[in-house]
Amino acid sequence: MPLLGFIFRRVLQTIPTIAFILVVTFILVRLLPGDPASAMLGDRAIDADVQRINAKLGLDQPIPVQFLYFTKAVFTGDLGNSIGLKLPVIELIERRLPVTLMLTGMAALIALLVAVPLSFVAALNRGGAPDAIIRGTFQIGLSMPVFYVGLVLLTVFAAKLRWFPVGGYGQNFLDDLYHLFLPATTLALSLSAVLMRNLRAAIIGVVGADYVDFARAKGLRARVIMTRHVLRNALISTVTLFGLSIGTLLGGAVITETVFAIPGAGRLMIEAIYGRDYPVIQGLTIALALLVSFTFLLTDIVQAWLDPRVVR
Amino acid sequence: MSAGAVQIAPPAKRRRALPGTLVGAVIVLGASLAMAFFPSLFAPYDPTAFDYNAIMHGPSWAHPFGTDNFGRDMLSRVIHAYRIDMQIAVFATTGPFIFGTIVGALVGYVGGWVEAVFGRVVDAVITFPFLVLVIAIVSVLGPGLRNMYIAVGVVDWVFYARLVSAEVKIQRRLDYADAARGMGYGHMRIIFRHLLPNAITPAVVYLMTDMALAILLGSSLGYLGLGAQPPAAEWGVLIADGKNFMTTAWWVSVFPGIAIVITGLGFSLAGDALADLLRVNR
Repeated sequence: MPLLGFIFRRVLQTIPTIAFILVVTFILVRLLPGDPASAMLGDRAIDADVQRINAKLGLDQPIPVQFLYFTKAVFTGDLGNSIGLKLPVIELIERRLPVTLMLTGMAALIALLVAVPLSFVAALNRGGAPDAIIRGTFQIGLSMPVFYVGLVLLTVFAAKLRWFPVGGYGQNFLDDLYHLFLPATTLALSLSAVLMRNLRAAIIGVVGADYVDFARAKGLRARVIMTRHVLRNALISTVTLFGLSIGTLLGGAVITETVFAIPGAGRLMIEAIYGRDYPVIQGLTIALALLVSFTFLLTDIVQAWLDPRVVR
Repeated sequence: MSAGAVQIAPPAKRRRALPGTLVGAVIVLGASLAMAFFPSLFAPYDPTAFDYNAIMHGPSWAHPFGTDNFGRDMLSRVIHAYRIDMQIAVFATTGPFIFGTIVGALVGYVGGWVEAVFGRVVDAVITFPFLVLVIAIVSVLGPGLRNMYIAVGVVDWVFYARLVSAEVKIQRRLDYADAARGMGYGHMRIIFRHLLPNAITPAVVYLMTDMALAILLGSSLGYLGLGAQPPAAEWGVLIADGKNFMTTAWWVSVFPGIAIVITGLGFSLAGDALADLLRVNR
């Protein structure tokens, strides 16, 4: 199976990426004024504690050795302890990250559900009124900051109309969906705009291809041509774009969770920054970057499956 | 690459009327720059003057955008914010544009293992959720615009370098590059005088998109309290100021947001117009 070989090579490629993630997050905390131990212990640290932490983290060792300690700690799931919440960072991430994943997953789904049909409408009416209206609306959507969209939706649909809760998170799965609908829609807006623009161009490119003419000449029904031939080929570049957008989506989640007071990883990040809780900031940065590199891996595999030419 | 074939048969030069995108971009960005440089000419009031007789007044002839909880005129505050937000658009992107273009040109020209290493760097950098990394860097360096520029600069140059290196790689294989080499020109002259002018279009077009993104990022950080610091008038800060009054005084937050959208659209139009113009003149 050439696909398996491709997957293997692609997995190997993530090794330097992970190394880079570790180096950057390692340097990040070292940029702090003062030594990391004081930063971790906060303002009221006493010397004995500072020395104890320094010894425990190997901070009295040369930098390369420190980096090895750090790497080992990360791989064993030890991301240190939160200064403010007095809990292991890994535990906080385990508790908060699923909420963020649910939010971004929902946003991605909404974006696809909006972008795919509308890009067909726009592409098949190219230059016409529906095309202009759809493109214009999305262009405006692209120019709106996430926090602003969130604030407006929150005010109109939650505070004024009371269709949705003002914020927070649900008690069970259905309740979660209900609570996350507005925030996920907020997050989905700019993603659906990006996807729409790309998919529209891709559909226009594919519809003119010879094999589509051929399929039509064979007498295939329009719906079959659209889903089996046009959509599959148009989706190839969109899948890549979708994967590349996951970082933007997670960044947007930081803001959305803040606006809607959702107890996810993004809000944890902001709380950690206000509380100068550096172990949490570092741990979250690592976790989110690993998540993105895993998503890239996944989308590359999906793309290879959709388009055998990628496998070479 | 098929781009070589495109070069052989360039699109026929057409004499066209000014594209609508260009007119729109010039109007929006011209007005934005005018307000950024001379806010006092346009603002009807002092943006920091309290007026306790006009607290949280809705839009009216006296105050078209209403007033905030201190009676400050929102129109004047939105206009004065152009200075900081346009500054963000320019300052956050110029450094990465110049640095990324130079690196990209060199990488694309040299190729080989340099290009392979660069490819890995790009892969790694785009793995970091941009906003998360910027927030992390700002949290370490401290809030404020200067640190935001540093944080953006660390990441953003990669996008320009990637665009330029891909384009230079195509250009260096074309006949005129061989001709320049045949003339005995030095590498630097070939790269920067011959290849780069033909390779820079995508980066220039992206610069416009990036300026719009910079405003979105800057206002987001301002909203979170990590960017421009109050009492500076910045759109994100203004929106954050008004967010607790959204149900009773929507105008405090809504108008600064509209300014962001219009400016962002202006940069998008400029990008489209530049793409049009530069393609025709090639």
